[in-house]
Amino acid sequence: MANHDTAPVLDIQNLSVKFRMYDKGLRQSELQVISDINLNIKAGEIVAVAGSSGSGKSLLAHAVLGILPKNAMVSGSMKYCGTELTPAVQADLRGRDIALVPQSVSYLDPLKKVGPQVQGLYGTKEQQSQVFNRFELAEETAEKYPFQLSGGMARRILVSTAVISNAKLIIADEPTPGLNPEIAETTMKIFRDLADEGKAVMLITHDIDLAFLFADRIAVFYAGTTVEIAPVADFIRGGDALRHPYSRALWNALPQNGFKPIAGGQPYAGNLQGGCPYAARCSHCSTECTTAKTIKMQTVRGGEVRCCHAT
Amino acid sequence: MLLEAKNISYRYQNGPWILKDVTLSVGEGERVGLVGPSGYGKSTLSKILAGYIKPAAGEVLLDGKELPAEGYSPIQLIYQHPEKAINPLWRMKDILHEGWVPDQCTLNAMGIEQGWLERWPAELSGGEMQRFCIARVLGPQTRFLIADEMSTMLDVITQAQIWELMIRIVEERCMGLIVVTHNEALAQKVCTRIISLPELNKL
Repeated sequence: MANHDTAPVLDIQNLSVKFRMYDKGLRQSELQVISDINLNIKAGEIVAVAGSSGSGKSLLAHAVLGILPKNAMVSGSMKYCGTELTPAVQADLRGRDIALVPQSVSYLDPLKKVGPQVQGLYGTKEQQSQVFNRFELAEETAEKYPFQLSGGMARRILVSTAVISNAKLIIADEPTPGLNPEIAETTMKIFRDLADEGKAVMLITHDIDLAFLFADRIAVFYAGTTVEIAPVADFIRGGDALRHPYSRALWNALPQNGFKPIAGGQPYAGNLQGGCPYAARCSHCSTECTTAKTIKMQTVRGGEVRCCHAT
Repeated sequence: MLLEAKNISYRYQNGPWILKDVTLSVGEGERVGLVGPSGYGKSTLSKILAGYIKPAAGEVLLDGKELPAEGYSPIQLIYQHPEKAINPLWRMKDILHEGWVPDQCTLNAMGIEQGWLERWPAELSGGEMQRFCIARVLGPQTRFLIADEMSTMLDVITQAQIWELMIRIVEERCMGLIVVTHNEALAQKVCTRIISLPELNKL
């Protein structure tokens, strides 16, 4: 479990990401897609990042790795084991000390057999066989091209690419969709083992029920920012143990907990005008929620929450 | 309306058989869950049922007749990976209007924002793209829908929203629905009947 004495492996302070876009001709505008995120991950810890699709979870991962598109502007601070992550440092660390499990199977090179892809630049054939063994992939899978694999097999190949590296920080962007429950659980167990060996894992996922079983903390994202970061036990209990109305809505929408949707959708990044991004869908919404310029994360009952009404 | 798969067998080139003698039928108004471990041919069977690939043996019949070879297919497939089911060089609005022109009501219910229509696929998240893929296949001529892990990349609130809408549309129009999923709890909530592919498959 988490060792609280050492500096966190990843420490993100006040991170914001904007995209510079062209409107008409040479006129430019800025679109803020991530605002004011504070998040740290310690060695030995799995932090699950859950929340709305399109809320900037993958962008956060890409920001840490320094692989955002060229028109992105990043502000705030990101530290890896105490070292500030500048573009040069990121280029040096990624693939070796920081590994990514990408979200889409289209990240695989379609013209290259998957064996060499898993070995990457620094791995060996032997390591690759071991990893395949761990994921119950047959030895001859290494000789196949991505189009010859099923969705679940391709997904395991993606996870293998990160597991083979000796990275201290693993960022897994939705590693489990399309996997049957047994394999999904095996995959999560591998992340748990890696964390128990002292690595830090950021697990971006929609399979919250799996995160319940294997993560230490869960950070809930909505419209480009964190609305709640809390120990996993609070999410297992659900209901009043949670601090933010959106976290409670997520919990209630799980098929096993009622499958109840809430109306409306997440606001588009360009339409955010300060205040709480969730205000329009929230039953507790008051004038304070919409007029406040920004709402800061505050500590409530051992977790952090971005809500004026949290108790 | 009755969708039948009769003694379907399939293999890729000269590889091992993936499907052997698979027979199943789905009636209108039915919501059938198709479950099984990954790599067992669920997606392959989905593609055969939707007419994207021809089985090596056996036939797919809609009301006792073969599927139409051209035109709008009454059996529509929603893929697991939306980014692979759309043309990356088309604007979202052209992708959406490929089969029919959905009314504003459907777009609102799917949570598709007006501003997204002018964007390129690369400018949307996986979950946002999938909503387009779902809206695209809900045309009035659609009789059967095959949802191959269509909601795994969506957050649970959007999943619940989309399934609520899907079930409503399928019931209103008396369509048949085949749901491929690994999520047991979801299958229990959505489906009226669950079949296990490994049990049907006579390998």
